[in-house]
Amino acid sequence: MDWTLIFSRAVEAGIGTEAVIYALAAIGLNIHFGYTGLLNFGQAGFLAVGAYGVATTVATLGLPFWLGIVIGLAAAVLFALLLGIPTLRLRADYLAIVTIAAAEIVRLVVRSVALQGTFGGTDGLEAFSDDFYGMNIYSPGQYGIGPIAFDHRTLWVLTVGWILVAAACAVVYLVMKSPWGRVLKAIREDEDAVRSLGKNVFSYKMQALVFGGVIGSLAGFLFALSRAATQPDLFSTELTFFAYTVLILGGAARVFGPVLGAVIFWCLLILVKTGMEEAVNHQVITFITVNQVGSINYMLVGLGLVLLLIYRPQGILGDKREIALDAR
Amino acid sequence: MRRAVIAFTAFLGALFILLASPAWAEGESLRGTLQNQGQPVNGVKISVTSGDGQPVGEATSGADGKWEVQVPAAGSYKVTLDQATLPAGTVLKFKDRATLSVQVFEGNYRNVLFALASGDAAGVATPPDGGGSSAFWTRVAQLAFEGLSLGLIIALGALGISLIFGTTGLTNFAHGELLTVGAFIAFVLNSTFGLHLLIATPLAVIVAAGFGYGQERFFWGPLRNRKTGLVSMMIISIGVAMFLRYLLLFLFGGENVPYEQYVAQDGIKLGPVFTTPKSLIAMGIEIAVLIAVGLALTFTRLGKATRAVSDNPALAASSGINVDRIIRIVWAMGTAVAGLAGIMLGTTQILNFQMGQQVLLLMFAGVTLGGLGTAFGALVGSLVVGMFVQISTIWIPPELKTVGALAVLILVLLVRPQGILGRRERIG
Repeated sequence: MDWTLIFSRAVEAGIGTEAVIYALAAIGLNIHFGYTGLLNFGQAGFLAVGAYGVATTVATLGLPFWLGIVIGLAAAVLFALLLGIPTLRLRADYLAIVTIAAAEIVRLVVRSVALQGTFGGTDGLEAFSDDFYGMNIYSPGQYGIGPIAFDHRTLWVLTVGWILVAAACAVVYLVMKSPWGRVLKAIREDEDAVRSLGKNVFSYKMQALVFGGVIGSLAGFLFALSRAATQPDLFSTELTFFAYTVLILGGAARVFGPVLGAVIFWCLLILVKTGMEEAVNHQVITFITVNQVGSINYMLVGLGLVLLLIYRPQGILGDKREIALDAR
Repeated sequence: MRRAVIAFTAFLGALFILLASPAWAEGESLRGTLQNQGQPVNGVKISVTSGDGQPVGEATSGADGKWEVQVPAAGSYKVTLDQATLPAGTVLKFKDRATLSVQVFEGNYRNVLFALASGDAAGVATPPDGGGSSAFWTRVAQLAFEGLSLGLIIALGALGISLIFGTTGLTNFAHGELLTVGAFIAFVLNSTFGLHLLIATPLAVIVAAGFGYGQERFFWGPLRNRKTGLVSMMIISIGVAMFLRYLLLFLFGGENVPYEQYVAQDGIKLGPVFTTPKSLIAMGIEIAVLIAVGLALTFTRLGKATRAVSDNPALAASSGINVDRIIRIVWAMGTAVAGLAGIMLGTTQILNFQMGQQVLLLMFAGVTLGGLGTAFGALVGSLVVGMFVQISTIWIPPELKTVGALAVLILVLLVRPQGILGRRERIG
């Protein structure tokens, strides 16, 4: 078994594009779920809206890249408003059902045959990332230390991505220290108490939904740009639940929780996956096939989510008293 | 290392699609699955010729509707569906598209789609847009019938969601997988042990009931006793759903599989409606089960106790009802009925590890429309959702029919959040 391969892939995954994307998605989710106590099960929808915002603007309409980013952000804000108006007055379980439904609506619409001309159907869109890679500050080649290396395109995505993650963390830190952030946390703890203090709870929740959604759409941009393509089925409900696992693993309601969670989650996931694949390929494990490794990985994520919530709902960094797990 | 990065990203994104269809085919081939309204169509001859008219190969669609023709090299091919071999009641949706020209790329397979529809030799029963009002109403009748069939299956699943929510407060996101598990238990009994589906179905329902009972007895019950919050339980149910779904993928693979019996039947015409005998029997069973559960809830001691627990667990407990026992029975019942729904879905459509997940949101829509926690509301809501999903295809493309139902769900929450039969209470 090639242990160098296994460990280098795991480390690459831990700092790679997937970790960045999920860190951003989970930072957005942290604002919804961790700080405000909104059970948003539709984070994938925000990523999809962002990704398709930029992809459609550039690839279908032929407009400039930066306008695409603006449209993607605007679409995320609009999506948050559309989602929030009917649901934010409702109980947690209704919110969960409606957000998951809304994210599926987005996915089904962009993959539909009827709108293939605009969104590219199941094949998705491509050829929208040239301007982004045109700004690349690295010259072509491989960059890395020892067995861990990225090419210039990936390195450019990672540079932009980690800067966005750092910026998002800084903003979240400042905002959550501010009076506005304290109101959000108070809403999570006791909505009625906050209402009795004369705060407009609905409006605060809506602002939190928009804020987290916009950060989610940043993750969507990176997802689309890193692959230089978007496909609708990338934005299935699994993405949201992976982001939840990341968030809860790292620790909800903590600034660095989602980042730590994403790094550890992807490192572990790829360690186990590559490890199993190598073991199967070298006949160390003989009772499963390489194709089954993927499903075992997903099973482990599901199991991990269950065990985390039962035995350590606060994750690595969190505080058990600060998590909205009993909210109605 | 670039290879590793590409392989890794490709894995993550495409896993879903890859696992659901075998992309590891050797050489180039043309393949497809013939389906009419979700049901596989077998025994249809497909022939392939190369671009310059040389015959390449022939295939006949199997019991699962699948066909495949190996082609010697990449290039363009003509695929022809022999319309004479289509079973009675099934025709090509577009008569002029019996021959398709497709391009096959190096090392890839190419899926070829023939759109099929219900109809007879005289013409398709569902013309694209109305040929007069009678054709329109024929189409409405056909879709309403299909909607009823779907709605009944959703209702069986929604009943369990609603009862479990009513008695425990848990919104179970793993309920879709309970359908899939039931369907696959029947599949194992049916194809591995060779039992006829009529025997396998009741056995599978009993096993499913045991699975539900065990789940409550050893998992959800202890969690409740630990005072686990409802939101945690909801997220836990998502973990359970993922675990079960990919366990089924691990065990049975991502292929669509059919049961041994009742795969393809010749259609029959019932007034304006095309259907198959098996769908009629399935609908009969579903209606019988729904009525039985409804009567049991209304008239038996157990049913009354269940409703009492739904209403107020503390009060029910203080009046001598064993709340834990009721909840266990509800879980067993809910899972059994969900399993039955899965089997019915499997006979009318096909088995796949994602089949339950695909109807989960429709079940939620039904439950929410009817009013969360009211069993009869779930029933009415599900039938409405089923009908709506199918009939809406008159105006919107079929692949967007779920979107319509989910959009209506969101709109209903704006206007009447407690649902059709729900009690007006604060749910904010």
